[in-house]
Amino acid sequence: MSNIELREISKSYGDVEVMNDINLEIQDGEFIVLVGPSGCGKSTLLRMIAGLEPITAGDLLFDDELVNELAPRDRDIAMVFQSYALYPHMDVARNMGFSLEIRGEKAQIIDQRTQKSADTLGLKGLLDRLPKALSGGQRQRVAMGRAIARDPKAFLFDEPLSNLDAALRVEMRLEIAKLHQRLGATMIYVTHDQVEALTLADRIVVLNEGKIQQIGRPLELYQSPANLFVANFIGSPTMNIFDVKQVGAELQLVNGALIGMSGGGAAVSFGIRPEHIAIVAQDKGHVVGTAEVVERLGSDSNIYTQVEGLGQVLIRHHGNTELNIGDKFGLEFNVSAAHLFDSDGIRLTLDK
Amino acid sequence: MSVFAKPAVGWTISKYIVLALYLAFALFPLYWLLKISVTPEKLIYSDGVALWPSEVTLDNFKSVLLYTDFLIYFKNSIFVSFGTAALTTVLAAAAGYAFSRFQFRGKKIIIGIMLITQMFPLLIIIAPIYRIISGMGLLNTLTSLIVVYTAFNVPFATFLMQSFFDGIPKDLEEAAMIDGCTRLQAVRKVVFPLTLPGLAATLGFVFTAAWSELLFAIMLINSNDKMTFPVGLLTFVSKFSVDWGQMMAAGVFALVPSCLFFIFIQRYLVQGLTSGAVKG
Repeated sequence: MSNIELREISKSYGDVEVMNDINLEIQDGEFIVLVGPSGCGKSTLLRMIAGLEPITAGDLLFDDELVNELAPRDRDIAMVFQSYALYPHMDVARNMGFSLEIRGEKAQIIDQRTQKSADTLGLKGLLDRLPKALSGGQRQRVAMGRAIARDPKAFLFDEPLSNLDAALRVEMRLEIAKLHQRLGATMIYVTHDQVEALTLADRIVVLNEGKIQQIGRPLELYQSPANLFVANFIGSPTMNIFDVKQVGAELQLVNGALIGMSGGGAAVSFGIRPEHIAIVAQDKGHVVGTAEVVERLGSDSNIYTQVEGLGQVLIRHHGNTELNIGDKFGLEFNVSAAHLFDSDGIRLTLDK
Repeated sequence: MSVFAKPAVGWTISKYIVLALYLAFALFPLYWLLKISVTPEKLIYSDGVALWPSEVTLDNFKSVLLYTDFLIYFKNSIFVSFGTAALTTVLAAAAGYAFSRFQFRGKKIIIGIMLITQMFPLLIIIAPIYRIISGMGLLNTLTSLIVVYTAFNVPFATFLMQSFFDGIPKDLEEAAMIDGCTRLQAVRKVVFPLTLPGLAATLGFVFTAAWSELLFAIMLINSNDKMTFPVGLLTFVSKFSVDWGQMMAAGVFALVPSCLFFIFIQRYLVQGLTSGAVKG
């Protein structure tokens, strides 16, 4: 177990800077999720922590000890790869015991530890199989078993679930959450899937274009996104964003509707989550819209609405809805849950 | 007719006919080699072009083994071919690994130069090679052949090995290094076992090339006890006649090591050639 600290880490390939000024402190036993769109640098960051990618500048510390130049094998971390990276020519038991074997552990101890992690992950009957004789989910388990058998300082996961089908992904997600509770180990997890991020993380780090956009607990990111990028990225379906301008004491949408908020002169964008728009009678509400597509999901309904002069607005209605395509109705924004952003995309804090 | 219906019988038969024609064309010279080798000398011209001699004999084989230097040629060839195959494969594996895994300055130029070496007809560089080898004092030695063959086979073998290494995911080595291996250990314990098919294919390819090489062997070797087998075959051609029977019998013997070698590696070869070409 250990805490990990990143101080002003940056990374360049030649003249191209892909990551800069990354500061992050990870507590012992914490589950950190690095999330962002593809190409945002999250995997590169993980690989720098693993020692597979050199760090251009900045300090990486494990338990207050500088490890920038340490080889991966001396960092005592385990990593689960997206491709699982199981050794094709070794059976499951040897795959899981390989790291102990390399470190010259006694055969008896290797056997014991392999058995124990096979128990934990339900791999008992598969120990003498080769990876090619396993299903995707089983391979994933072996990859995790390989990490557990070592009892490392920290676990790194590089999009471990993205090669699984949807049902298995949910199951393994739960498995990883349980594993974290049981082991209490430091875990760093990379994903582009915000659902995985929101469900697994103690804290989420949102990355975009090599920069940290925000660090926070899952609900913090949802409720108070630091900027437009985080607002758009976290939450599904995504937030509705509209341009606004200040007219007198109130903000006005581009179609002329007033929204009953003041942005103090700086606000240029108005963000409202689909679940914070209520469906009301046509003569009430802030704007009037026409239902274009209605998705009925059982527990919720998504209503894609066309609002004149504003474009498409998505509404999430809890439970079922009576609305049909072509119906006209009023949209009322719950302004106390809405967000305003300035011209740099930074969220404005309002006194409501 | 549905596209998924069983192909018509006529179609299947014609496929076999085409294959049979090809095989007959490719294998007929080998058959003729075998046929002449068991034909008694007196029947070689008198028997005409019959597919099988009216009388069969093993005398040719006997006299090749007992009354010629064939065994010496054979031993020399084995030495040169195995030496070349082993040396080339080791060098090509090392170079191929580097090309596959590392980015370094001048990589493209080096690959380009290696390709250029494959462009020249061997005939035009025989003279300089002769001068170089003679300057090194290696004329008329088997070592000279191994050196020259290795030099000419390394580029292609390197590209071959590189494609095999490319087919092995980088993740595996990285996983091994995180698991506690140094890069060398990762190569030895994880990459090497997975490259065996590739190594076998390269070994087989180079072995065959060295086994049948004639041009340099004639140029660089002049004493009878250093001749490799392709050169040795020419000793059956004398000033006034060619001893066809013995020559063909020697040829049959020469096929044996190649055949054995390929029977041994063919399992890896097929696997190797396909797994190198397609990822996964």
